[in-house]
Amino acid sequence: MKKSYRQEAGMSLIVKVVTRLTVGLILLYGIYIVTHGHLSPGGGFAGGVIIALSFIHLMLAFGREEALRRLSKRFISFFEGLGGLLFLIIAVLGYKAGYFFYDWLSKGKPFSLFSAGTIPLSYLAIGIKVTFGLFAIFLALIALKFKVKE
Amino acid sequence: MVPLFVVVPLAMAFLIVMVGRRSEFISDFLSNIGSGFSFILSCAVLFILPHFSSRIIVYKIGGWLPPVGINLVVDGLSSFMLVTINLIAFMLNIFCISYMRKYTAKWKFYALFLLMLAGMNGIVVSGDIFNMFVFLEIASVASFALVAYGVEAEELEAAFKYIIMSALASSFILLGIAFLYSYTSTLNLADLAGVLQAKAPSNVVVFVSVLFILGFGLKAAIVPFHAWLPDAHPSAPAPVSSFLSGVLIKALGIYALIRIFYNVLGVNKALLGIFTSLGVLSIMVGVLLAIGQMDLKRLLAYHSISQVGYIILGLGLGTPLGILGGLFHLFNHSIFKSLLFLNSGAIEYSIGTRNLEEMGGLRRKMPVTSSTSLVASMAISGVPPFNGFWSKLIIIIACIQAHRIGLAFWAIVGSILTLSSFMKVQKYAFFGSLKKAYDSLKEVPWSMQFSMVILAVICIVGGILILPYLSSLFLWPAKEVLVHGVGYKCLVFSVLR
Amino acid sequence: MSSYILCFVLFIIGLYGILRKRNLIKIIIGTVICEYAVNLFLIIFGYRMGGHAPIHSPGADVANMVDPLVQALVLTAIVISLATTALVVAVAIRIYEKYGTFDITKIRKLRG
Repeated sequence: MKKSYRQEAGMSLIVKVVTRLTVGLILLYGIYIVTHGHLSPGGGFAGGVIIALSFIHLMLAFGREEALRRLSKRFISFFEGLGGLLFLIIAVLGYKAGYFFYDWLSKGKPFSLFSAGTIPLSYLAIGIKVTFGLFAIFLALIALKFKVKE
Repeated sequence: MVPLFVVVPLAMAFLIVMVGRRSEFISDFLSNIGSGFSFILSCAVLFILPHFSSRIIVYKIGGWLPPVGINLVVDGLSSFMLVTINLIAFMLNIFCISYMRKYTAKWKFYALFLLMLAGMNGIVVSGDIFNMFVFLEIASVASFALVAYGVEAEELEAAFKYIIMSALASSFILLGIAFLYSYTSTLNLADLAGVLQAKAPSNVVVFVSVLFILGFGLKAAIVPFHAWLPDAHPSAPAPVSSFLSGVLIKALGIYALIRIFYNVLGVNKALLGIFTSLGVLSIMVGVLLAIGQMDLKRLLAYHSISQVGYIILGLGLGTPLGILGGLFHLFNHSIFKSLLFLNSGAIEYSIGTRNLEEMGGLRRKMPVTSSTSLVASMAISGVPPFNGFWSKLIIIIACIQAHRIGLAFWAIVGSILTLSSFMKVQKYAFFGSLKKAYDSLKEVPWSMQFSMVILAVICIVGGILILPYLSSLFLWPAKEVLVHGVGYKCLVFSVLR
Repeated sequence: MSSYILCFVLFIIGLYGILRKRNLIKIIIGTVICEYAVNLFLIIFGYRMGGHAPIHSPGADVANMVDPLVQALVLTAIVISLATTALVVAVAIRIYEKYGTFDITKIRKLRG
């Protein structure tokens, strides 16, 4: 007996079907902006916001419990700390080349994807941190369910 | 070595977020390692600094030369502030081991605390005005979350007021930075000093000075902008109150104010007049509003406003002796105000109330707390031979030497009223008869006692910092930096050759 | 010149929102408008006459770009104001849970 989708949490059937198609595209677009931060505008913060939006899109369409099943709270805080720590490690590794935050990878050919020293790695770390940070903020803001006093 | 002041607390904060959920011991251990390491490093910098030429360490981040790159500068004033901040942070971290058991989620508290410490260390070592603004915001946002930590109704209301006023002050500071950048097209502090000296005096500098006094004055709780402090500081948990009141308003407000005004914009008579009048106003308003309070932490918060008035008065005199008195009072106030807030936290841990009328006769049951509280009250009122006496004496002598007898008079009146209100606190809380309900009271756990005793010992022997050898290590370099004024840029650029 | 004056007008509107409105959320919106006005002022200052976007691509004219340092400053300031706004909105939601109202004239437990 097929369970009716309307009785579960989240929004209606049409929204759920369209979400399944678009969530992957939004995620891919966000990853593109993060990795091409040194070639075109964007970078860590803007790309991280877009990836966080794809997670929030999932939560809005399918309901809170379904989204939390895929990304539990321990997972989120672990990766948020990891992103920050990764950024600091990239900066501290510059010590071996003489100074804190030094550009210690080779600079490569300009305008190609693998170039510009440590900047793409820093953008990746910032992207991870911003994504999970924004998603955690969103979870904290909708955590309360209370009755309105009449 | 200089970036470690910011990197170590920040790395420990991220580590605690990652692994601190599992057990309480891991988060305690990591947090104390972080703040202990910063404290030892700051003492090491204090002893190493005389070996550098012109007593200044300039660290180029990434190897880029200023003014293109960002640099970190540690000179006499920065090392003085670093020792103050990290000493108090380490003591408070030890206190938190036992005290924060009353609240939930200790690892969240430690992460926010270490973030605030990293932000404050960053303000003190940065040599670039926008870098200073970013670290100021890091420390402020961490303190917003800490003020609202135990989510009761009053704490949330106090946190809301604090956040809105502080966000407005940050907008004013950013507007000031925008105007300064538009006028000089550089952001490095030493370079700004050079460019501003080369140009003719203009109205833009006056406008920027007003914006900075508004913005940083609100962060430092100087009198027309003090309204958030009596609500925000009592509502926080006790270690956070002592961190905010003892260190944050000084590192964010007063240090940034004097660094920008003395070393970059240049002081003149009108500005010093503004500082002294705001200082006297803060002293009197703080003390007069504190006398009628019955809530212990609110009384201590009003006294914070008054003592910050002493610091601004000393710094606003402009003479070397006045600056020495102001800086020494900054250090002393951190020590005894933190100790007073820790005592109120210990009382709250044992009894559960902050209202003075419900306490009484705690001296018999809590001997360590009451004796350290007596030492701190004597120190804040300026009773010899505790450390508060020496710094207030230097400020009053400096006022008289500068022929401003009226200021000295108000400073003495403020001191007498401070003594009277602390006598009230001692009588209500510790002396008197013990209420029946408190018969089974015990002393607070050992970690809380340890912090309070160490801070009380520093209060008692703090006067020796005036003696020639110790003061040439600790206080005189800080004073020399401010007396040199805009010569700061020569020191920074000479080291970079 | 007129664009700078309009930035100031926006700042004054935000300040009016903080000072005169009674609803908590409207005060928060006033704060956000103040921060937007300061960011806009910074960006408009960076403009150079006849300049184009400061993106370096093969074959671009390097000489005539608008000021890129200002854009880095504003990016940082936007992130900071996002963090502050998220925190104050969370505090406002919990105030509603404890007090039952958003009106600041009724949220006055701390006095004296």
